Amino acid sequence: MSAIGLDTPAPGAVRRSPGRRAVRRFLRHRMAVVSAVVLLLIVLAAVFARQISGHDPNATDLFATRTGPSGDHWLGTDSTGRDVLARLLFAGRVSLGVGVAAALLSVAVGTVVGSLSGLLGGWVDQTAMRLADVFMSFPSVVVMVVIAGVIGPSVTAMVIAIGLFQWPQSGRLVRGVTLSVREQEYVQAARAVGAGPLWLVRRHIVPAALPPVSVVATIAVAQAIGLEATMSFLGIGVQPPAASWGNMLTDAQSLTVIKTMPWLWLPPGLAVAVTVLAVNFIGDGLRDAVDPR
Amino acid sequence: MGAYITRRLLINVLVFFLITVVIFWLVHKAPGDPVAMMVPADQLNSGSAAFIAAKRHELGLDQPLILQYWHWLVNALHGDFGYSLTNGRSVTSLLGERLGPTIELMGTGLLLSLVIAFPLGIVAALRRNTRVDYAATMVSLGSVSIPAFFMALIAIYVFTVRFPLLPSSGISDPSAPGLADSLRHLVLPALILGVANSGAYMRYVRSSMITELGADYVRTAEAKGATRRRVVVRHTLRNSLIPVLTYVAANLPQQLAGAVVIEQVFAWPGMGQLAISSVGRHDYSVIIGFALIVAVLVLISSLLADILYTLVDPRVRLG
Repeated sequence: MSAIGLDTPAPGAVRRSPGRRAVRRFLRHRMAVVSAVVLLLIVLAAVFARQISGHDPNATDLFATRTGPSGDHWLGTDSTGRDVLARLLFAGRVSLGVGVAAALLSVAVGTVVGSLSGLLGGWVDQTAMRLADVFMSFPSVVVMVVIAGVIGPSVTAMVIAIGLFQWPQSGRLVRGVTLSVREQEYVQAARAVGAGPLWLVRRHIVPAALPPVSVVATIAVAQAIGLEATMSFLGIGVQPPAASWGNMLTDAQSLTVIKTMPWLWLPPGLAVAVTVLAVNFIGDGLRDAVDPR
Repeated sequence: MGAYITRRLLINVLVFFLITVVIFWLVHKAPGDPVAMMVPADQLNSGSAAFIAAKRHELGLDQPLILQYWHWLVNALHGDFGYSLTNGRSVTSLLGERLGPTIELMGTGLLLSLVIAFPLGIVAALRRNTRVDYAATMVSLGSVSIPAFFMALIAIYVFTVRFPLLPSSGISDPSAPGLADSLRHLVLPALILGVANSGAYMRYVRSSMITELGADYVRTAEAKGATRRRVVVRHTLRNSLIPVLTYVAANLPQQLAGAVVIEQVFAWPGMGQLAISSVGRHDYSVIIGFALIVAVLVLISSLLADILYTLVDPRVRLG
């Protein structure tokens, strides 16, 4: 293309690619930038969990149960004498991992269904959008209650439950983008020279849908982390002894713990709240960046 | 309008049957034999095969799957969800006695979230891109981001532990029953449920109001001398009410999911709490009964949203 000179900037104009402009807009969103830094720190803490805590998250010490914060155990110990800080950091791996995995799954399903729905139209489209309604309104917590009750709770089941019940958001978005992109002349041209649906999806639809989908995907990560915490808190998600921010709080369901042992429930609760807030702020910043209005 | 609603009704009923098939299929994917769970381990080991077979027959577990599904569905539609596998009571009565508390909690929670969302959303829309707007957006982001159970723990810490004003568990105090006592027990759970859901509604009210405030009829009304207050109360609020209510209706099942969590934290004797405790007991029939009720709620709320939607959009109503 550049051979024809379409990419040559107008004389005197400062040349900035759309991507660069998006980055500039994102950097102007103060909370989003702060959140990105906070999230980076949380990710690093989870990655270097072992080095930071210096304790095994599953090592019990029945002679030191529910002890307060000390030099050895910075955040104290839990009801079986495990180091709370170590569990908090290792739980971060689980929570972030589940969040990202579930969000990726939902976006993948949404992109496939949404683009096919928009390209093919007709009854495929009708059925897909009806299904989207159902998946959207059936709460994934209830799905997990059924799965956990019938098959037994597992991390895989949870990722699939969250991922499958979140796809409509990205699905509808991708469908909308597809509907507008497929009428564009370059797509018509591609079709005229024999491009198949898969080629169109890969070459034209996915690139066009990527910016708005990245916003939805970010918010999906936030929702998935919150859902994971909720399910694990209810005992239908991540199962002990594996630590997750949600199941660390299950222990806190007594007035004595709430009253006298804040180190058991405040850190994991704050970890979820701060992480989800940060991811949501980043999503907000991304929205401003890709969709300037 | 009639044709549209009929079509949606048919589709919704079809979807409902699909959901019941999935639920039933899941039940039969379950490892472990429900009968084995009803028979003490020592009896099972001493080989009471005849007894187990009799039980299987009694529970209809020896019939072909499709027949089992059919019986189950016919019974369920008659309000008979079978019997609890752990205590033998009918699932209908078990869930029935939990329905009231759940509706009470959900209803009050919903009301509170609207009471919070509407003023905040309207003010944020009127003062768009000012500090007030940013503050309201922060509040709504916080409500969306902070898990409800963590908010609940903080509320319990503040209102029960630190300042012993409100009870943190149960629906009433048997030693001092009465309306005042019931209300006191309702405050914390309903408030947390309301706050947790208000964020999403607030954003919706805000964006809906902003759309309406930019409409031509607002300029006309203002040109004719209507005050800002009159424009908001008489025109934009009314017009944004229905899309917001459509969203609220479609969101009812999510409200129930929120209530499940709140019931668990506050030991509120509702359906969600029953379902969660049934998970630990592998009491499939209760879990399935609960899932069916949620499916019905999904059906009702989607129909309700459809009906409200036809009210907003004359193209749907007349077309």
